Amino acid sequence: MTTPITRDAGSSGFVVELDKFSGPLDLLLHLIREDEVDITDLPIAKIADQFLSVINELGLNQAADYLEMAARLLRIKAQMLLPRRLGDDEWEDPRAELVRRLLEYQQIRELVDWLGRAAEHRAERFGRGYEAPPADAPPAPLQIDLNDVLSAAERVIALIPEPMLHRVVPRPLDVEGATARILALLEQHETFGWSDAVGPQATLVDVLSTFIALLELAKRSSLTLSQPEPFGPMVITRATPREAA
Amino acid sequence: MQPLAKLLEAALFAASRPLTLEELASLEPEAGEHAVRAALAEVRASYGDEHGVELVEIAEGWQFLSRREYAETIERAQFALRPRRLSPAALETLAIIAYRQPVGRIEVDEIRGVDSGAVMDKLVERGLIEVVTRGEGLGRPLLYGTTPSFLEILGLKDLEGLPRLEELSVALRRPTPVDEPE
Repeated sequence: MTTPITRDAGSSGFVVELDKFSGPLDLLLHLIREDEVDITDLPIAKIADQFLSVINELGLNQAADYLEMAARLLRIKAQMLLPRRLGDDEWEDPRAELVRRLLEYQQIRELVDWLGRAAEHRAERFGRGYEAPPADAPPAPLQIDLNDVLSAAERVIALIPEPMLHRVVPRPLDVEGATARILALLEQHETFGWSDAVGPQATLVDVLSTFIALLELAKRSSLTLSQPEPFGPMVITRATPREAA
Repeated sequence: MQPLAKLLEAALFAASRPLTLEELASLEPEAGEHAVRAALAEVRASYGDEHGVELVEIAEGWQFLSRREYAETIERAQFALRPRRLSPAALETLAIIAYRQPVGRIEVDEIRGVDSGAVMDKLVERGLIEVVTRGEGLGRPLLYGTTPSFLEILGLKDLEGLPRLEELSVALRRPTPVDEPE
């Protein structure tokens, strides 16, 4: 068996599908082969960047297995950047473990090709009374509880891309502005009316801001509020220093 | 053909799966293994080029199988169907288990770099792997091995029919095999 591993070819260029990769190692091997780089002297920075961009593209960054590999690659990349003394025999290549796993996995892929061919070959001869397995084996009875369903739903919901919606932000009340305005008025006038406080052409927000500011100032004893007659205009009076104390 | 050969022929014809040497020998306990082997050879020889089926040694047993050259025609007529192909994930898992058996799930996950639980459950369901023992480690994990059905779908006589790791283009340190065929 010296046939090199071949992926399901037929795809030219870099067309990626989720099903095409059976795991992060498979994707890594694919990238390594695309770049025709030496697996034992992995250009880790380049491969890590490619890996990240591919899993982003595929939405695989949601999958824990791929994320874990991404993290591993970045860590190795960082370790490679650390300075090391010349002739340091103790230094262990941070890529060693990954390279070992990749080689091991590559071997498995080669066996997969062999097994696939053997199965194809075997399928060309029929035994007596052979029955093809049913198209769909009866699914095993589900063993799930409500929590499983809920967490599955949450996972699915999390995958739904955020819809393009404009967030409607209510115009905030400008209580501080109204307070400043009223304090300024208090400086100039002993007494003034509601319409002075609100100002001309007041919007609903202005009215609310002013009203809250007045209540707040009254609470702080900066002013007193009075209404001489029912439904009459409100009168705002500067508090005397005694009262304020 | 001698009577024992005819008996074996009938039994192999009747069975829809490979019959092992022991099973065949049990048909005629007095005959002895040597005689059974000789009779098998006789049956096999008489199904030479003259016939559309042949006696094949497969999955640690013997079975009549139709000849390869008729596969397409039989299939086109839908008298028989090819088994469904195994997915790459299933084949990966099978490869690891075949070479490292008995092996636990964690090791399979580790080599594949992905969670293989669902794939392994499916393979157990299809009868291609089975739990063979329990490991020594924490929680005494279940250890899996391949079944005769695994050999059958690959058309292998036994596990020694698998390629040796040394023969692969990727040379690698040997794993820590427990029961690896040499």
